[in-house]
Amino acid sequence: MSTITEAPLAQSTLFRFATAGSVDDGKSTLVGRLLHDSKAILADTLDAVTRTSADRGFGGENGSTQKIDLALLTDGLRAEREQGITIDVAYRYFATDRRSFILADCPGHVQYTKNTVTGASTADAVVVLIDARKGVLEQTRRHLSVLRLLRVPNVLVAVNKIDLVDYSEDVFRTIEADLQKVAAEVGLNDVVVVPVSALEGDNVVDPSTHTPWYTGPSLLAILETLPTTDDLERGLEPFRFPVQLVVRPQGALAPELKEADDAGASFRDYRAYAGQVASGAVSVGESITVLPSGRTATVVGIDFAGRSLERAVAPQSVSLRLSEEIDIARGDVIAATGTFGEVGQDVYAELCWLSAKPLREGAKVLIKHGSKTVQGLVRAVSGKLNLDTFALEPASSLALNDIGAAQIRLASPLPVESYARHRRTGAFLVIDAQDGNTLAAGLVNDHPGDHEDERYVI
Amino acid sequence: MSTQITETPPALDPQPLPDLASSAGDPSRPGPHVETLNSLDILESEAIHIIREVVAEFERPALLFSGGKDSVLMLHLATKAFWPGKVPFPVLHVDTGHNFPEVIEFRDRTVEKLGLRLEVGSVQDFIDSGELTERADGTRNPLQTVPLLDAIARNRFDAVFGGGRRDEDKARAKERILSLRDEFGQWDPRNQRPELWNLYNGRHTVGQHVRAFPISNWTELDVWRYIARENIELPHLYYAHEREVFERDGMWRAVGEVSKPRPDEKVIIKQVRYRTVGDMSCTGAVASDATTVHDVVREVAASTLTERGATRADDRISEAAMEDRKKDGYF
Repeated sequence: MSTITEAPLAQSTLFRFATAGSVDDGKSTLVGRLLHDSKAILADTLDAVTRTSADRGFGGENGSTQKIDLALLTDGLRAEREQGITIDVAYRYFATDRRSFILADCPGHVQYTKNTVTGASTADAVVVLIDARKGVLEQTRRHLSVLRLLRVPNVLVAVNKIDLVDYSEDVFRTIEADLQKVAAEVGLNDVVVVPVSALEGDNVVDPSTHTPWYTGPSLLAILETLPTTDDLERGLEPFRFPVQLVVRPQGALAPELKEADDAGASFRDYRAYAGQVASGAVSVGESITVLPSGRTATVVGIDFAGRSLERAVAPQSVSLRLSEEIDIARGDVIAATGTFGEVGQDVYAELCWLSAKPLREGAKVLIKHGSKTVQGLVRAVSGKLNLDTFALEPASSLALNDIGAAQIRLASPLPVESYARHRRTGAFLVIDAQDGNTLAAGLVNDHPGDHEDERYVI
Repeated sequence: MSTQITETPPALDPQPLPDLASSAGDPSRPGPHVETLNSLDILESEAIHIIREVVAEFERPALLFSGGKDSVLMLHLATKAFWPGKVPFPVLHVDTGHNFPEVIEFRDRTVEKLGLRLEVGSVQDFIDSGELTERADGTRNPLQTVPLLDAIARNRFDAVFGGGRRDEDKARAKERILSLRDEFGQWDPRNQRPELWNLYNGRHTVGQHVRAFPISNWTELDVWRYIARENIELPHLYYAHEREVFERDGMWRAVGEVSKPRPDEKVIIKQVRYRTVGDMSCTGAVASDATTVHDVVREVAASTLTERGATRADDRISEAAMEDRKKDGYF
């Protein structure tokens, strides 16, 4: 294991991953172990945790030689420490010489669907924990179902507490076989399974000498080499660019530009469309179509803070200048010409319901997609997903942590795309029009119940 | 297994640092499918996206600006987000009255240069009027909340950008990028909106406002690497200089109007720099010979102490000091 040392920092890339697990499977300990062994925990933090661990009589649990409760490294809120549980998604940061990592640490017990959906929505990979003594549980199946639904590009399973089953290969192989069977049933391929002990550190950062029968890399070594979502999508996704703002400064130029007379004059008529490339790439000279209006133009400039680029790729934030003065406002999507069908007002979608307020047919809600928010009418709830069987069962409402299918009529058209094919442009939020709270994560479907896309299969 | 941390100083390249500038969009690079954005490019892009979202969706945003490095970084990102236009919102400073004079001078010069409006909320005014009481320990950081909420209400700001980062503190690790606050400015960590994909929900009702944290995902090292790459000017306090200091609670405190040594505390002249530049009465310096930004990047990469642990007395009050302040309306 090498820490942030040899490689030039300039080359380090960003990798986002999340953890998911059931109660007491040692997830916080695993996260603590990753941070601790990758030297992301600094001395003062460690001192504080060591003191608290000692105060609470930690050490010697299950014959372990550990002197500190690694879970204290991640459970930050007062209530979490008092109850010994993780309440909310916490974000952690560490780096190796190859990558900077953003870790979304998602609690496993209450509201696990809400937390897993949240953490997985931005993740390049998710690590699911299993307790080696318990094997594959119903909750494991549910986690894998949710990850499949959210199209997380890489799924890893850490079989934890392998020390408590005497580092038994037989136990591991049985769990591995069960797991691959469940993964295949929910439609996940290429799930990587690693035997670990978060408490003792086996195969988390460094390969373990206790598991000679496991010849694969450690968990961290795998995370260092997995492709990111952008890596996987590069060259495959068509260009999509939700317009955030029209940059049209007129007189209100940045002071340093105002002072230069010539520059001031040339920027007076400046007009560009600011946004972040959601998918694909765009180059100067390419033809674009504005959605939903369907008007077309050519990209004549790509600007970023005074620099002119020839090309922009996801997820760069830039401003585009176009050949024609056409009507474009915040909420429109600029797309590569010829890559989008008709923009409609009816959306079929899967909804991960995240609110205690249930969904009823006929509800009026707000739909936020890209940079646009429109009103929506939930015409029908067409079913609820049984996360154990992954089958759609009849339902007319959705409650907290349910995942179901619904048909929504939009007040004005949105250029939504199938989430199965476009992870970024197929996602939307359902928002309560009254109190403004986020009610659900929406995943656009072509047809209700269709999950047969294989695009992340390598 | 040992729990001892043995920190190896990073063997960074000799200065000058390698060219950290982004290579994406460079037409001289071969092939259409080989572009790799480095971690700073991605963090910058994410922050600019968030800043633009907030400006587009809110009526009256403002940026909390103290002259400290995170707020200077925020302002730099804002100028990039709206180029060639000027930054389209005012800045707000909650002055504890215990700020370093150099930082206040830097604040004013920066605001002037960018042509921005500066709103100041003054802790001293509130103490003078009797609405706030000086604490026994003299620390004024926790007193900032009342003038902050007053300034937000007085100016009817509906969104306030802050330079808070999740790596700073365990309570901040649970903070959202858009954090909804009620009419008391309170943070309710157990009842936060889920934040999905890059879709930020800033809906709020009358009396509520939103705190926006575009650099949530940056670490202290990312901030310094970016400051080096973009050549961003900072107050000189961040770089090693000689100063009259005395030692208290394991930190080097500057000798000044609000931070005077007790009789048993010996004053010496020492080469120090500041990792944070808050309230003089509770902000400590670290011994350092890092005189350039590249030196600082190396020093931060090799540091074995967190930024707040090394320099903030107010965060040592209790294990949940930051959580408690945030629940009361602090950033």
